[in-house]
Amino acid sequence: MYSEKLMDHFTNPRNVGEIPEADGVGEEGNPTCGDVMKITIKVENGRIADAKFRTFGCGAAIAVSSMVTEMVKGKTLEEAMSITKEAVADALGGLPPQKMHCSNLGADALRLAIEDYKKKGAAK
Amino acid sequence: MGARYFDYMATNPLRPEVLEAMMPFFKERYGNPLSLYELGQSAKAALEEARSKVAQFVGAKPQEIIFTASGAEANNFAIKGLAGAHTKKGRHIIVSKMEHHSILNPARALEKEGFAVTYLPVDKHGLVDPASLEKAVTKETTLVSVILASPEVGTVEPIKELAAIARKNGALFHTDAVAGAGYLPIDVEALGVDAMSISAHEFYGPKGAGALYLKGGTRILPLIYGGIQENGRRAGTENIPAIVGMGKAAELTKAELPERVRKLAQMRDRLINGVLGKIENVYLTGPSAEQGELRLPGLASFCVEFIEGEAMLLMLAAKGIYAASGSACSSKALKASPVLLSMGVSSQLAQGSIVFSLGMENTMEDVEYALGEFPAAVRRLREISPYAGGWGKAKETDQCIPKN
Repeated sequence: MYSEKLMDHFTNPRNVGEIPEADGVGEEGNPTCGDVMKITIKVENGRIADAKFRTFGCGAAIAVSSMVTEMVKGKTLEEAMSITKEAVADALGGLPPQKMHCSNLGADALRLAIEDYKKKGAAK
Repeated sequence: MGARYFDYMATNPLRPEVLEAMMPFFKERYGNPLSLYELGQSAKAALEEARSKVAQFVGAKPQEIIFTASGAEANNFAIKGLAGAHTKKGRHIIVSKMEHHSILNPARALEKEGFAVTYLPVDKHGLVDPASLEKAVTKETTLVSVILASPEVGTVEPIKELAAIARKNGALFHTDAVAGAGYLPIDVEALGVDAMSISAHEFYGPKGAGALYLKGGTRILPLIYGGIQENGRRAGTENIPAIVGMGKAAELTKAELPERVRKLAQMRDRLINGVLGKIENVYLTGPSAEQGELRLPGLASFCVEFIEGEAMLLMLAAKGIYAASGSACSSKALKASPVLLSMGVSSQLAQGSIVFSLGMENTMEDVEYALGEFPAAVRRLREISPYAGGWGKAKETDQCIPKN
């Protein structure tokens, strides 16, 4: 059902946790429906220096979160914003069709985290 | 080390004796029971012998057993066939909210055809209250169907009481005994049911063989029209190897049942006590720990808070432990188990559903192994979960619309 790559990210998820005093926080999903992802980011010089996640959800949801936090490190905010769900799924060697929508929330949570960072910046 | 299988409600391995009994009917005894020469009559004799064994298994007469290709077919047959054959009396049927899809979906199909269907509620243990059936039954009610035992939470329903209420009101009573048949002593006379579904692969028989017990003299419409097989009630050349296997499995199950129940209940209780003792924020679903006699021997079902079932299954599978879950993510329909929700389990807690169903190949050592690995898997997933400290502001919603 799941690719080897996906199972690797599920079994050994990268970047689990929460960045203390994060520059941006993004949360997407609802536990009633299955999956929730919370991503925290650290921004330095316009680039994402660090990203961590916590996820409630299935194997695919955990692997997606792990992969998106890996993909985003070192990227400019603009580059990070342009990461698509499809790109995350592709990087994991594909997702089963029924998981494409509900479990593939990593890119959305990331975008929310970046927007949160920008909003905080505007408020300062 | 091979996998430790704790998913006997999904299917059972075939008993070697059963396979052995089946083999001649794939090879030399391949005849069609309708053929009048020796090769056909030999198959016919095997068919009738299997019918007798299945009848004895459930306390019925041989002519009251109709073979089907699955438990799902037997359930569809009962719902559509019995409702359809008694429309002169009325067009109302009653089913419980504990039912399997193979009862609920034909019931929904009947609704589209103009039948009225009442869905009986259940309490937090999954029990149907006979008083609710008393209230729901009307002069128009032709059929009541309540599952004998739930494969998801193990609850054994008060079938005898429910069937008596149906009978008193002139309605037929069917029970889906697919999950219960290998685990509970069954006597259709004592239960007082008019129809009952069973499936061979739930008691160490082959897949592709099921049966509907139908009390003598009860009218039913066929699902499959054609030849005169099964007394004209189920057409199609009989799957003789599978039916012979079902007969053998029924015979073994009847003989071994007390020993099976004893062994499985012992392992079940160790598993339940171990899980409840070793893991925090975990809930036993179905009958409470004190209601052991209302729970299928061999079935231990839980909801683990703050994590999701499919992830648990994958974690356990990586350790060679095979179990099941009623979470939304683990279902192809992406919906949390309607049975758990009907019992009042919140939809977020239902995501943490996990079901261990034990069988005769399991040992106490398997149970101890699972009790060693399961808490570690839960701990790991809770480290990843944003809710490890509680649900916080997470709210329940009724609607889950996938985003694009």
